[in-house]
Amino acid sequence: MSDTPEETKPEQTAQASESSPAQPAAAAKAPAAKTAPPAKSAVADAEVSRRGFFSWAAVAWVGFTAAAGGCLTAWGRFMFPNVLYEPPTSFKVGPISEFPVDTVDERFVESNGVWIVNEGGRIYAIIAICTHLGCPPNWLEAQNKFKCPCHGSGYYRNGINFEGPTPRPLERAAVSVDPDDGQILVDKAQKFLWERGQWDDPSAFLIA
Amino acid sequence: MEAIKSLINFLSYPQWSFTLSLVLFWLAMRSKLLWTKAGGWVLLALITLFFGLAMLDPNFFVVVAKPDNVPIVMMVYLVGFFWWFAMHKAHENDRRIADGEPTFEKSESEDRIFTWPDLVFSEFICMVLLTVGMVLWSILLKAPLEEPANTSVAPNPSKAPWYFLGLQEMLVYFDPWMAGVVLPGLIIVGLMAIPYIDTNKKGNGYYTLKERRTEIWLFMFGFLILWCELIVIGTFLRGPNWNFFGPFEYWDVNKVEPLVNVDLSELIWIQILGVGLPSNFLLREIFGIVFTGFYFLVLPVILIKNKFVNRFYQDMGPTRYYVGMTLFLTMMLMPIKMYLRWFLNLKYFVHIQEFFLNL
Repeated sequence: MSDTPEETKPEQTAQASESSPAQPAAAAKAPAAKTAPPAKSAVADAEVSRRGFFSWAAVAWVGFTAAAGGCLTAWGRFMFPNVLYEPPTSFKVGPISEFPVDTVDERFVESNGVWIVNEGGRIYAIIAICTHLGCPPNWLEAQNKFKCPCHGSGYYRNGINFEGPTPRPLERAAVSVDPDDGQILVDKAQKFLWERGQWDDPSAFLIA
Repeated sequence: MEAIKSLINFLSYPQWSFTLSLVLFWLAMRSKLLWTKAGGWVLLALITLFFGLAMLDPNFFVVVAKPDNVPIVMMVYLVGFFWWFAMHKAHENDRRIADGEPTFEKSESEDRIFTWPDLVFSEFICMVLLTVGMVLWSILLKAPLEEPANTSVAPNPSKAPWYFLGLQEMLVYFDPWMAGVVLPGLIIVGLMAIPYIDTNKKGNGYYTLKERRTEIWLFMFGFLILWCELIVIGTFLRGPNWNFFGPFEYWDVNKVEPLVNVDLSELIWIQILGVGLPSNFLLREIFGIVFTGFYFLVLPVILIKNKFVNRFYQDMGPTRYYVGMTLFLTMMLMPIKMYLRWFLNLKYFVHIQEFFLNL
């Protein structure tokens, strides 16, 4: 509120409302529209009845809901694009014989984000996403561990966390043998978590 | 020279550099000489001499000369300058108050100064200088652009923007949910709460150290040590695989550093008591839960008995005291957890994996 004399003071508003019921609207409106004569705006406001106001509010509310719903629908559609420029979650990595005992295969990390690990004849696919905050870790052959470059989380060859801030082991993807060509089929859509005791699930590993 | 470098490398390891910086912070805050004009110049000369000599080392040069890291060098100088400036004014005012003279700010103008031109004109000059600086910066230094992004490749080390490196350092010591959500939220809320917790009017509108010693110590500890120093550590001392490297050490990707973590439960049940972990998670984590309960619920009450803390309790009243104390203790969890990690490789006090509840 400024101190200009044309504007109505709160006390005056109170007095005006006592004298006539049409006045308060005009008094309240006056500070906002200084140039408009108060009498005219009072007439304009008086034309909107209580019932009329609510029907307008209903129209506005329905309109708003429709617009918001439309936006939400469009956003929902946006979440399912026509074309996906990302590698398929299910892919073949080659026959079992390509993964010798006690090796970590790095060929599919850049393209599909998994390491194929053969640990004593047990083959499984480790998903290359750090369980701390989602960076892709690196496999350090010389130190026999996965190490995340973001906060230093470290995992053993089998994905168990042992250093750095990460709270749980790396996740594993489902592996199976394709009956047609004998290749290993990795399905990243199905995950196996150590803390839920899922690593011994029959789909979580293959016996070489 | 090599001997000095390896000494500095050794001292840069966090357990020593952090301790050293705590001691230096303590000495600096108590010093009078440092905050005189001569002290300021000597400090500036020493820092510049260090940077100048250290830049001769190729390993140091590679890290410091990275375009990403220019702001941190600027930060070291700016924070140093403003710290010195405030302390210089504070000591000057303390002397004036002791001598019964008006403070520096009062002698400048008795009543008030005007927004225009006093404030707006200074702001205008700052704006022009900053614009010139930014234009020169963008012309002279190449943007650190890299190859197209690939979701399965991260640069090693992967660093947050420089102003978030303190948070990234915090993420190393806490559960991601704590360090990424709870603690940053508490930092912001806590900073906003300061004027409501600390209602002492002294020091409003003028620099002083004597009248607000504890408050200034606390704030500067949080800001300089727990924020600025962690940024410097994150920038200069964190290398590939987020390992620690001294400033003159080559960033070797294959550096081996054994860092096998233990939780408090494992430390006590297995290593001290020599029995296995109990299967019930509440029993397993009982020591951590008791410690946390003691730290946050009992310690504030015990501290009231302390004569020094009691003065604040009397001034602030119970509500302000407990809120302030909880925020303070939460802040102090950071150095406590850092030291426990460095010396004991301790990971979590409470590690209830069953509910993703880790502290």
